[in-house]
Amino acid sequence: MKPMRIPPYIFCIASLLAVMPASGQLPYERILNAHDEPQNWLTYNGGYMSQRHSLLDQLTPDNVSGLKLQWVLQNQVFGAWQSNPLIVDGIMYVTERPNSVMAVDAVTGRVFWKYRHVPVEGARICCGANNRGVALLDDKVYMGTLDGRLIALDRVNGQPLWNVEVGDVNLSYSVTMAPLAVKDKIMVGVGGGEFGIRGYVVAYEADTGDQAWKTYTIPGPGEPNHDSWEGDDWEHGGAPVWITGSFDPDLNLTYWGVGNPGPDWNAGQRPGDNLYSDSVIALDADSGELSWHFQFTPNDPYDYDSTQVPVLADMVWRGEPKKIMMWANRNGYFYVLDRVTGEFLEGKPYVKVNWSSGLDANGRPIATPQPEGMPTYPGNQGGTNWYPPSFSPSTGLFYFSAWENYATIYRSEEAEYIPGRAFLGGGFSVLAPAPEAPTIGIGRTNPINNWTNEMGYSSLKAMDPQTGEARWSYNQFDVSDSGMLTTGSDLLFTGGREGYFHAIDARSGELIWNVNLGSQIVMAPVTYMVDGVQYVSVISGNSLSTFALED
Amino acid sequence: MKYLRVISQALRAMGCLGMLLILISPGAGLAQELGDHQYTSQAIQAGLRIYSRECALCHGPQGDLVGGVNLRLGQFKTAQSDEDLRSIVTSGAGAGQMPAFNFNEADLNGVIAYIRAGFNPEGVAIFIGDPARGEALFQGKGECANCHRVNGVGPRTAPDLSEIGAIRSPASLQRNLLDPATAILPINRPVRIVTRNEETIIGRRLNEDTYTVQVIDSQERLRSLQKSDLVSYEISMAPSKPPTTLSSAEVADVVGYLLSLRGLQ
Repeated sequence: MKPMRIPPYIFCIASLLAVMPASGQLPYERILNAHDEPQNWLTYNGGYMSQRHSLLDQLTPDNVSGLKLQWVLQNQVFGAWQSNPLIVDGIMYVTERPNSVMAVDAVTGRVFWKYRHVPVEGARICCGANNRGVALLDDKVYMGTLDGRLIALDRVNGQPLWNVEVGDVNLSYSVTMAPLAVKDKIMVGVGGGEFGIRGYVVAYEADTGDQAWKTYTIPGPGEPNHDSWEGDDWEHGGAPVWITGSFDPDLNLTYWGVGNPGPDWNAGQRPGDNLYSDSVIALDADSGELSWHFQFTPNDPYDYDSTQVPVLADMVWRGEPKKIMMWANRNGYFYVLDRVTGEFLEGKPYVKVNWSSGLDANGRPIATPQPEGMPTYPGNQGGTNWYPPSFSPSTGLFYFSAWENYATIYRSEEAEYIPGRAFLGGGFSVLAPAPEAPTIGIGRTNPINNWTNEMGYSSLKAMDPQTGEARWSYNQFDVSDSGMLTTGSDLLFTGGREGYFHAIDARSGELIWNVNLGSQIVMAPVTYMVDGVQYVSVISGNSLSTFALED
Repeated sequence: MKYLRVISQALRAMGCLGMLLILISPGAGLAQELGDHQYTSQAIQAGLRIYSRECALCHGPQGDLVGGVNLRLGQFKTAQSDEDLRSIVTSGAGAGQMPAFNFNEADLNGVIAYIRAGFNPEGVAIFIGDPARGEALFQGKGECANCHRVNGVGPRTAPDLSEIGAIRSPASLQRNLLDPATAILPINRPVRIVTRNEETIIGRRLNEDTYTVQVIDSQERLRSLQKSDLVSYEISMAPSKPPTTLSSAEVADVVGYLLSLRGLQ
């Protein structure tokens, strides 16, 4: 087709329109009411409640088998692609290793612009050069970096607007999470739990990058709960925050999962509960002030973290209207908390647990450490981990990936803190059915599963928060680091390390459709709509694939 | 009270962990049996003393100061079996560069044990025999070649062993002969499959996922099967081979042969 000839003055009018506010803008109010525009995916977990539940219902259990591949975007960088795309008004924003951002046409997969930040060489990351995505607010895109920075970009042309230090890269602070935009602030936490950092959550003014508040996850001298540490252990006690939090606008509280204390595997070297490691903390959105905390694993010797997504829901819970928080913890227990007060409501093991014999009335675990050389269940990667769950208000169920039949044997040793260096205090090996058998690690790089389900397998669990028990489960032969997506038509989308992308009936747990995408799916799918067509996107290996129904 | 708690924890752990117990502390029967196949820890520790006094001056504390030789990692110029090592120590080598040592039997045994334990005084040192004798046993009396293939010769039904010496430790190879049930890798467990059209497939797993399984069948055909098409799919926990009846010296020879298989060079 020949380009249309347009009189020059038309362009002048177009440029006048462009400077008018509101058009294409993404103010806080739109994010706050994300459920009113299910055609978009505006935050890491699809909304402040972090339910990863879309009200879109064009795809249904009856027609989902007709999904067809629309486009593929290939990553140019090797390694696990854990990024979660955001979609607003037909444009997808997705990050690529180590710290690039792309703006992509959500209908064709063609790229508008790409911004590339190259982290300094000294950046140290324990477990892969991961980045899990961006935050959007107004006319900007925000990305944390492996070298401990937060960068604001122009959402239209990808140009950097400000770039601030979140943490000292020489002390191995890093940012791998997608930031959280609340009101006029951008919040991030820091990674570095394997390097003797002192963790924190920090908020910046979205326009300028000026620091608004900073709350340490390890209280300093004079602060409450400082006495859960001895001596100067608190200075290098870890407690990182590397997964995006949630927000309750009515309570004005943000919620964050806090990671392991350090050194990881020598708990004897840091006596005490080590607050607020392995906890969820509730911070005031305006001041960062701590409102409450709940610790899942006191004095953790297993690197269990608590870096899961705080999933929020309002429901009648056992006969009473409640604002709850659901949490499948890496330590093998599923919890229901009152998110107003942090009160423990319910907690039960969802996989085999032997490091603890149960929870007391306050939710504190009764510790049963295993003798040296004996395996601990769940193993080091946990009963689950950071992969985002989903809660469907339609089914009332909470969905997540669990690892079954998986254990590790720990050993601890004295660790010396050397600034910026690994601060681990021991190590572990995966329980194997035979000596020298291949075992499970972080991520999958082998197309042959020669470790087999004897080393561990995955179980997608549909938890009923009313009982704390699984209503049903769907097993895969290999373990899964895949997150979940549910829709208004009771579809559940998820993946796994085997590379299958599944559509499952969210009510019954029956498999409806799947396709082999060929490599590990280590993030959750997202869904969006453009021009009346519902799309679902998922990353497998180095490819982001987007599906829709054919006309 | 403290003791009681520890014991009860240990009991609890043992109750659910039969699998591991096999792995970490072999049953008394096997331990005794292994005693006939490996050096004693006293020998290894005696070897440490002899090595430090007599050998470390030239070979170094890590055994790597003589070019082309790394005693700790089991890399030698010509030696393969324990006998070869004995003969080098007692006769000398390298046209006079290494003198002959007049050790008594216990000291000689200790030095070999210390080298075979990888210089780890707490380690395990198994007997390693003569590869040529081991090859003959592999082909003949040991019946290994009935199922295993080496360097392009033999059946493909069991795993190909052409590079097994490069990827498995001596202890693991020995355990595969003495107690295959605890040594077989899970992927290699024998499978028996019956399909919907009533075909029975006996074979060895190559790969598996939630919905499919890939096997090599008894006719050496590569088969990929949809689990939804199967009437039954059994994985045997017992390996297809029983523990070997070879003597301790013969097992050492076979291990020596297997260690010499290092793939295409």
